[in-house]
Amino acid sequence: MRSSLGKEPGLGAGRGGESPGEPPLVQLLTPEGDRIDKAVGANGVEYSVDFSDDEYRAIYRDLVVVRRLDAEATALQRQGELGIWASLLGQEAAQVGSGRALRPHDMAFPTYREHGVLYCRCIDPIMPLGLFRGVDQGAWDPNEFKFNMYTIVIGAQTLHATGYAMGITLDGRVGDAAEGDAEAVIAYFGDGATSQGDVNEAFVWSSVFNAPIVFFCQNNQYAISEPIERQTRVPLYQRAAGFGFPGVRVDGNDVLASYAVTRAALDAARLGQGPSLIEAYTYRMGAHTTSDDPSRYRIAAEVEAWQAKDPIARVRAFLHRQQIAGDDFFAEVDADAQRRAVDLRERVLAMPDPAPISLFDNVYPHGSPLLAEQRGQFARYQESFEGSAH
Amino acid sequence: METMTIGKALNTGLRRALEADRKVVIMGEDVGKLGGVFRITDGLQKDFGDDRVIDTPLAESGIVGTAVGLAIRGYRPVCEIQFDGFVYPAYDQIVSQVAKLHYRSRGKLRLPIVIRIPFGGGIGAVEHHSESPEAYFAHTAGLKVVACATPADAYLMIQQAITSDDPVIFFEPKRRYWEKGDVDLGVDPATAFPLHAARVARPGRDATVLAYGPMVRTALDAAAAAAEDGRELEVIDLRSLSPLDLAPVYESVRRTGRCVVVHEAPSNVGLGAEIAARVTEECFYSLEAPVLRVTGYDTPYPAARVEEEYLPDLDRVLDAVDRSFGW
Repeated sequence: MRSSLGKEPGLGAGRGGESPGEPPLVQLLTPEGDRIDKAVGANGVEYSVDFSDDEYRAIYRDLVVVRRLDAEATALQRQGELGIWASLLGQEAAQVGSGRALRPHDMAFPTYREHGVLYCRCIDPIMPLGLFRGVDQGAWDPNEFKFNMYTIVIGAQTLHATGYAMGITLDGRVGDAAEGDAEAVIAYFGDGATSQGDVNEAFVWSSVFNAPIVFFCQNNQYAISEPIERQTRVPLYQRAAGFGFPGVRVDGNDVLASYAVTRAALDAARLGQGPSLIEAYTYRMGAHTTSDDPSRYRIAAEVEAWQAKDPIARVRAFLHRQQIAGDDFFAEVDADAQRRAVDLRERVLAMPDPAPISLFDNVYPHGSPLLAEQRGQFARYQESFEGSAH
Repeated sequence: METMTIGKALNTGLRRALEADRKVVIMGEDVGKLGGVFRITDGLQKDFGDDRVIDTPLAESGIVGTAVGLAIRGYRPVCEIQFDGFVYPAYDQIVSQVAKLHYRSRGKLRLPIVIRIPFGGGIGAVEHHSESPEAYFAHTAGLKVVACATPADAYLMIQQAITSDDPVIFFEPKRRYWEKGDVDLGVDPATAFPLHAARVARPGRDATVLAYGPMVRTALDAAAAAAEDGRELEVIDLRSLSPLDLAPVYESVRRTGRCVVVHEAPSNVGLGAEIAARVTEECFYSLEAPVLRVTGYDTPYPAARVEEEYLPDLDRVLDAVDRSFGW
């Protein structure tokens, strides 16, 4: 377990088992599956959720499906069907909780790992796989899905999200959280990204322009091999204070707390209260990507300690203990997840390679005569091989 | 027809753009209340409000990155980078995002962003205020790059760049901001001379001289001097650096047989090298001499007291023409 990053006294409620001296963590469901009614964050806000049995079961299903699809993608990479995969293993609660807190007209700006958020926006999970398979660059219309394309340059999307949020303000779509027109933005990024200039510039911009944006940082403790101590001397949620907006740390392995904190932050943004920072304290159970070997920089005991805080096990324990769901339900969810994984596999394997000439497409909305000329030369060159196998 | 400076022509063109489309927003350091350090945006915030002309925090990457987000939201941002040498913090957002998002999205996303950059030297400034970074952008697929050289073109091209759905890096010759010329304010940008077209600034038959931005005036001065000695130089203002419009250049070189390219930017891997390669390939049998380049030297831009030795001037252009004739 990471050493204590802060020396401040914790708040009474909702610390959920963190050791003394650790910054307070908003938690509404312990690793053992016990519910906590209310939790107060470091920002002084009190959080709770009021889910029906159906909603608890639905969010469990989301978690299981998201993990299963992610595992399928990892398997596909190992089999050479994807060039690379960035697994979200361990971060399902942070993504499903925050993803389900979004309203349909809110806009999300992911990194390259938010497959769980994508799923919760009711987007076909095959959509990003073109990027990882190498058939495209992860192409979709951000406005159609209210979900930006994956951004690989670390932290760059936080500025895009901030500009988009400024656009919401210019459009006058801020101020009514209840219904209808107000919109908010959520920007996802990791602990490593908080060192990037662009992220800090996004904090500056969003604060001085009071942008309706939630900065959702999944602190999964590592940026490839660099541990969190290499990115910061202070708990990340405290960064917000330096920029003049609220920050809160939530147990990123607790889907209920992640949901509650994100929902409240989005509501505040929609009301015109400006930006906030959520630090979802979680752990990257897998590798940075399938090209990474975490055994080179972390020990098994650390991973095991986080295994005991698994986000899905605690929900299952809760559902079982409260008799909200039984073995039949769990089996049905597993089967559902399995079906979806098989479907994803089939469709990935069926993805066509792009036609070579298409590499010239979509460089400019208005095209370019020189590029058109070059495209013609390429086409003639390709045709000169006609008749020979290639 | 009105006589005005390049600065005023840009100001007027920006005003027209703000009037024509309420999605156009201007953003940058000091562009609002101050009207820009060169006064290019003078009076615009007063008339259009601070929702249309936005004073930003001091961070170029933030200016361009938030412009990307505004463009995704449906706005048409016009960013000002205060000086050429300060564009580099924004370079990643420009090259990794602005240039690539249309391609990345397979055409689903358009980023109609204009990034205005005053460029070039000859203003007696300290370091970083006299750069010519156009090659870094022309080399990047997905960006269109233009440079205006006259008040008429400044007025026209800024409007065309803003209405274009391509992302456009718009270079403005800062040493020429106060030089005057005639502007037809009634010109309709939609039907006028195209944005990505080169223009013959002065016809001639003896040699073709290519220039853009601040060097167009230098090339014209050289042509006037050469004419006194009976040599007629054809000066072509390239206007569009990416894509280059070389058809008029080829037509000219096929007649003259000689070509000289002039730019402030350093020689090594500058636009002159690209132009020389293409002109040589297309006009090989028409050339009497290789394509010659008159450029800044391959050093960082020097201190102000020696910048006149660094910058191409009338004499260096004429010298290159002489060398071509001596081949």
